[in-house]
Amino acid sequence: MTVTEESSGPAGDPNPDTPLLDLLAGFISELRNAGLPVSLTENLDAMEAVTHIPLEDRDAFKYALGATLVKNHAHWRAFEVVFEVYFAIQGDEYVIPTEADAGDSGDGTAQPGEGAPQGGGGGSMSGLTPEQLTEMLMRALMNGDQAMMRVLARQAVIRYAGMEPGRPVGGTYYLYRTLRNLDLDDILERLMATAGEEAPAGLTALEERLERDEFSDRIERLKQEIEGEIRRWLVADRGVEAMARTLRRPLPEDVDFMHASREEMASLRKAIYPLTRKLAVRLARKRRHGRKGALDFRSTMRHSLNYGGVPAEPKFKFPRPAKPEIMVVADISGSVAAFARFTLHLVYAISGQFSKVRSFVFIDGLDEVTGFFEGIEDIGEAVHRVNTEADVIWVDGHSDYGHALGVFWEKYGKGVGPKTTVMILGDARNNYHASQSWIVKEIQHKARKVYWLNPEPRAYWDTGDSIVGEYSTYCDDTYEVRSLRQLEAFVEKLV
Amino acid sequence: MIGQEVRFEDVDGVRTALAESNYLADDGIAGVVYLADRLDKPILVEGPAGTGKTQLAQSVAEMAGARLIRLQCYEGLDESKALYEWNYKKQLLRIQAGGDDSDWSEIEEDLFSEEFLLTRPLLEAIRAEDPVVLLIDEVDRLEVETEALLLEILSEFQVSIPELGTIRATQIPLVFLTSNATRELSEALKRRCLYLYIDYPDLERERQIVMAKVPGIDANLADQVARIVRSIRQLDLKKHPSVSETIDWARTLVLLGISNVDGQTATETINILLKYRTDIDKAVKEFADRPDELEAGGT
Repeated sequence: MTVTEESSGPAGDPNPDTPLLDLLAGFISELRNAGLPVSLTENLDAMEAVTHIPLEDRDAFKYALGATLVKNHAHWRAFEVVFEVYFAIQGDEYVIPTEADAGDSGDGTAQPGEGAPQGGGGGSMSGLTPEQLTEMLMRALMNGDQAMMRVLARQAVIRYAGMEPGRPVGGTYYLYRTLRNLDLDDILERLMATAGEEAPAGLTALEERLERDEFSDRIERLKQEIEGEIRRWLVADRGVEAMARTLRRPLPEDVDFMHASREEMASLRKAIYPLTRKLAVRLARKRRHGRKGALDFRSTMRHSLNYGGVPAEPKFKFPRPAKPEIMVVADISGSVAAFARFTLHLVYAISGQFSKVRSFVFIDGLDEVTGFFEGIEDIGEAVHRVNTEADVIWVDGHSDYGHALGVFWEKYGKGVGPKTTVMILGDARNNYHASQSWIVKEIQHKARKVYWLNPEPRAYWDTGDSIVGEYSTYCDDTYEVRSLRQLEAFVEKLV
Repeated sequence: MIGQEVRFEDVDGVRTALAESNYLADDGIAGVVYLADRLDKPILVEGPAGTGKTQLAQSVAEMAGARLIRLQCYEGLDESKALYEWNYKKQLLRIQAGGDDSDWSEIEEDLFSEEFLLTRPLLEAIRAEDPVVLLIDEVDRLEVETEALLLEILSEFQVSIPELGTIRATQIPLVFLTSNATRELSEALKRRCLYLYIDYPDLERERQIVMAKVPGIDANLADQVARIVRSIRQLDLKKHPSVSETIDWARTLVLLGISNVDGQTATETINILLKYRTDIDKAVKEFADRPDELEAGGT
């Protein structure tokens, strides 16, 4: 984001340190409220860092804070939101008029920085018809004119968002209203059509694709401008802290698996890989930790020849790291559908890290799905196959842990050995069927460890038809795993 | 700690100097490098593979006229490989050479003198008299326990050797740590560093990189290359093309004498950008399917 110097926010405040320090303190405490782990050292670093940065340079200011306060890229978005709120460009022009006449006050005080690109300031804008505005927007998008896009975004917000002062909202509704009026999808199509006409020989498929990506990118930037614009209005109206509170979202690692949105799920998937690697290291490291194995007599003798037969350099055998075997038994029924999808990704990631992983899925029947994950590079396909091909329904497709465990024990029980770690994933909502918890007991006898991961909040355990308590008696440990953070905690505890 | 002259004047200076060393930095990168110098802090660089994390350290070394000391991390790296080791073969010889009549306490003192110390990268960087840049590459490959080795050197710029005492840095080196984020690094390590995330560059920067790195490419082709790569990165792939792969691809196109990329050339040379079968199939489908359909429909 580029900001001209006229639009000075608090960050651009040239004199005394104290307001800036206060603002920074508030900013950092809001970061902590949002869940970012900002330590005292980092806080001090940030304070020192900003003294080295010319304050009027808003970008540099942002990066200085980012580099010292945000040590995890997944937190960057949360940081950005808080930053935009706390160091928003503020000024008199962002006062939502109490009268209905929104367009008038918006252009009346148009600031020189924003108005400059087309010379006349916002004043010339309010006279435009909606068609003319769209036309100008088209032209700006066509030429990729960023400055023009800002002005138009501002105009569009003033015109279409219909903001009312004092409403405790986060701006999503205003954004929706503005975008609906602009009809960007239609604009994209028209841009494509224009681009097609301009090319003498018409566009090839590749060119068309590239043009489309380019325009989508520009429209995306326009959307961000609009969003930023709305946020600036709201910050001016509601104050920094109230706004920051409204915009607070859980960090990626705190997102609940059961209620994750599509985008959140996508980012969760990416985060799984480092986690399973960690898991792999934890499980395999036990024996490797003592760095040296037994004395290697042959090698020692050979090296002793260097010293005239004196065994000065003892050589040791390499320790053989233990090869952990893992069995994952996952519930994929409807009650844990969101979690199940995640579970499958987890299983896939795990199977990439360990040589011996067997995976099973169940609802009321149980089936082995190890093969679906082997040698497949596209997880989407594997998940699809699991959902369509695995034979997991026995009677009615309602979870029956007892029967599923029974099948597991009968068919695959022989595979459980002293090196096997068994992980059972599910909410243990058994629809009042028999629990058959003796099977878990048997498994525990034979296996190295048995862990139960439950995606339900701990408060709901053993309520209604949940019988996780009964099973957990026989598990080495039971964990509530509803977010990446908890999953990570589980991995930590495996040591 | 040791006072030191600043290396860089301002952020713009860093960016210009980096550009002269053939590294195109954006505002964030230049800003963090500048801050690292001012605050005397190491930089932890994270980001997808092949976005120029290691190159950044090399270019900074080149620009500051410093020697680059590199420590490549791997699982099982220990202090004898990273910090220092006693040269005990030489110590053994010293004992034997001493003969029977020499005083043992003298020998003992002698044995643990600097003469018998083998410096490894970290200690070497601390003891260097000339300007150095220390690059600790792929920190995430270290085990969590080994990470602790780095802590003393990163925060205090000193190394403690029990037999010798503490060795302090004669000058504070610029330190870069790179990580591919295959695992979360410990809080203790992160706290001591400035954090820099290098993502895939945006269209404009990638175009400039291609222009700078591929001799003889014309602006039009560079633009096309950057745009196609951006489109490919938007697909849901196992591994997105890195900047180095983009450069390789651009070089190939130049060598083949292609001045205008069409769908066919793109699909024929796409294996330079993408390394997984499924990714290639997916991309080819995205970029080449439609003309086939059109032709089939037309004839």
